[in-house]
Amino acid sequence: MLRFTFRRLSLFILTMFVLTIISFSLSFLFPGDAVINHSGQINATASELQILNTAYKTDENIVSQFFAYLQHILNGDLGQSMASQSPISSEIRLLLPATIELSLIALIISMTVGIPLGFIAAIKHEKLGDNVILSLAMLGYSIPVFWLGLLAIHHFSVNLGWLPSAGKLSLLFEIEFVTGIQFIDILLSDSPYKWQAFKDATLHILLPACVIAIAPATIFIRLSRTVMIEVLSASYIKAARAKGLSFNQIIFRHAIRNAMIKIIRHVGLQFANLVTIAMVTEVIFSWPGIGRWLIESIYQRDYTAIQGGLLVLSCFIFIVHILIDFIYAALNPLARGKKYGS
Amino acid sequence: MMNNKALFNFLLLIISFISLISCSEGDTRLTLDERSIIYCSEGSPESFNPQLTSSGTTSDATSKLLYNSLVIFDETNNQLNSSIAKSWHVTKDGRKITFYLRQDVEFHQTQYFTPSRKLNADDIIFTFNRILETDHPYHFVSGGHYPFFHSVKFSELVEKIEKINDFTVRFELKRNNSSFLANLTTDYAIILSAEYGQQLINQGTPHHLDIMPIGTGPFKLKDYRVGSLIRYYRHDQYWQEKTKIEQLVFDISPRETTRLTKLLAKECDVSSYPIAHEIITQRDDLTLESITALNVSYLGFNTQKKPFNNKLVRQAISMALNKKAIIETVYQGKASTAKSIIPETSWAYNDETPEQIYNPKKAKLLLNIAGYANGFDMDIWAMPVQRAYNPNALTMAKLIQTDLKKIGVNVKIISYEWSTFLRQLSQGKHQSFLLGWSADHPDPDNFFTPILACSESKVGNNRTFWCNKKYDTLLAKALSTNNVDERKQYYKEAMALIYQEAPLLPIAHSKRFQSRDNKVIGPIISNFGGLSFHNVYKQNHLKALKQSSNILPRIEVIE
Repeated sequence: MLRFTFRRLSLFILTMFVLTIISFSLSFLFPGDAVINHSGQINATASELQILNTAYKTDENIVSQFFAYLQHILNGDLGQSMASQSPISSEIRLLLPATIELSLIALIISMTVGIPLGFIAAIKHEKLGDNVILSLAMLGYSIPVFWLGLLAIHHFSVNLGWLPSAGKLSLLFEIEFVTGIQFIDILLSDSPYKWQAFKDATLHILLPACVIAIAPATIFIRLSRTVMIEVLSASYIKAARAKGLSFNQIIFRHAIRNAMIKIIRHVGLQFANLVTIAMVTEVIFSWPGIGRWLIESIYQRDYTAIQGGLLVLSCFIFIVHILIDFIYAALNPLARGKKYGS
Repeated sequence: MMNNKALFNFLLLIISFISLISCSEGDTRLTLDERSIIYCSEGSPESFNPQLTSSGTTSDATSKLLYNSLVIFDETNNQLNSSIAKSWHVTKDGRKITFYLRQDVEFHQTQYFTPSRKLNADDIIFTFNRILETDHPYHFVSGGHYPFFHSVKFSELVEKIEKINDFTVRFELKRNNSSFLANLTTDYAIILSAEYGQQLINQGTPHHLDIMPIGTGPFKLKDYRVGSLIRYYRHDQYWQEKTKIEQLVFDISPRETTRLTKLLAKECDVSSYPIAHEIITQRDDLTLESITALNVSYLGFNTQKKPFNNKLVRQAISMALNKKAIIETVYQGKASTAKSIIPETSWAYNDETPEQIYNPKKAKLLLNIAGYANGFDMDIWAMPVQRAYNPNALTMAKLIQTDLKKIGVNVKIISYEWSTFLRQLSQGKHQSFLLGWSADHPDPDNFFTPILACSESKVGNNRTFWCNKKYDTLLAKALSTNNVDERKQYYKEAMALIYQEAPLLPIAHSKRFQSRDNKVIGPIISNFGGLSFHNVYKQNHLKALKQSSNILPRIEVIE
């Protein structure tokens, strides 16, 4: 296990190192002065520019420039946004929790819908149920998310008036920012309208989370179906059947547990996919998350924000990957061995 | 195992959600939603002090919500009414105006300011001296520009402001000007707190006066996030009846489609400038309303240049234009035909005012008399920007082009970038032009003088360069009297003169639209000035009837 942990950590550090090199080189590839792209201080005076040049060591060679940049990042200084002139790290601090919240809930929805459906399809392998579920999965996978989002707003918000179309909480509620995760903040707040706010936040998150969940859910369906078919044809299932266990006993005691382990391994991959979908969805549902912020930064040519945002977002996805790997390793003793260490 | 965990989380969420619904339904008190109103506005205010701007978005979000003025304009009878000043007295020569203030006006108490006294004469003097005196400690804070007061030449008009006692203030004017009181009713002439000003100077943050506002209005500012929201709380010590709603939120949504979606999805109760009017009118739970704004768009002629130095030619062109078709096309019917330069909602408007009627045959005849039997070539300068009074000047120019071709006049359309356009116009390089005017306050003088007075042709906005002594005398007479009937008579004559001389052809007065949920009762938009939420409340019924009785009579409810 120690070796496993060590391998993951070294992989993490190496990947982050490569990412910072890319982000560092972006400053030179974007138009404008590299120091200004690093720091985002577009209105810097001559003396301020002097300080920046010293801080980023622009008069030295490229390697020491890179390490100066790396030092800034490690100190949590991602520069300031060219558009709003406020520190990027604090902007991200405000926005990233909203994205995490939305993605996590979408992930939970996609797993709770997708995995059982996939199992059912596998059990009904090559029967009507299987075909219906597979075609639905194909359909769900092919629908573009921006179109689905607009359709959902049109139907559920405008026509039926059931769910709100924008934002993460009605503006009427004043919830203090503590963690940034809306539900936790609401529970922590002392507002007399706490429970109304909780209900409102739930209504707000349903539509965007479901829209995001559709595509990953279809992938979970196909994944769990394949895994389940594989498990069901394994010899220990045959042995269990020969032992005289009932169908339910076989499925719940052996098949699901073994299949789940294999599915968990893919959750990390799916999470990256899900965050990408979430970025587009945030724009459609005016969700105040990092995806919308990043897309706006691209429109405003806010190079410092693009750099910082990409770095933080990829770091976040990578951390999730590693976490999932650890969960997988914890669940599956086989994975802790030498050959899985890579 | 993971599956169980995820399932557990999800179940927990659902259970808590269900329990919430059940407990909130049992509650008989008003919900937060019923105590609050969300207004979807079209933009962020530039400042929280309307004295500093001329933008409608800013005065909408500040003037009538956060502040009061000395006097107000009562739309029901077109007269001045008391506000912070409970009464006032004007001397016979019209040069001394004394205001007697109410003694029960409380300022806002907020996290950043606690008033120790009620409003008194010092606040009035503080407010207006900031604009008048360049050595006032606040004059140059936030830029030192007071566009409205500059446009009405406030500092040239006011000699001094005197404190008679704690609740009496006297304005001394250099000359009589009957629109002076009307200027004080506008959204820009609001009253600030002198005590707050002093506190900020002591703290060394004077610029907070205009961004963390303290006023006497029905609401106080709670929270402002640029580009996102403005939150107001009710002012509980308001000197009039306090508002029924406790919270007012401006949801800043610059995109028109977002505002429409939010209105339809019930995320906002009232929406400014809605699009897709048909969809709103089709819905039983929404109301679309409109008012005619105080503006005018017109086709002006350069009266100093051939052929428009000839009155007959100007009349002929005016007659040849089909205004109705223009309004249908350019405004999509969202405007009313302008008969003269002031809208019908102004008190100075007179039904007997003659109007140029569409008559191409007579136009052709007039051209013959004027010696242009074979027509002529002319240019029209179409403004390159969108304005409330004219959403598309270029299309308007094209329609005029087609109309004029029928009487043998060839039109060339000219357009420059906006600042170049204005500069070239002021140099008189044009023959005719499409422009407009938005009034700052309801006094009719605000239309007659800036658009057509002789003095304005040299330094101001009069691009027709029309200089008529009789017209100027009429305006001067109207300003020197305080008798409303006399003033009406003078303005009637002035309008008749404009009709005869035709220095310009008034085309349209555009309308301002707003839509609201039927649950929201009470007047919000008015013909003059910004939004008011003072008498607005929510009906505690699920299905409210299409109401109209609570809306002021001038506001059209579009069925």
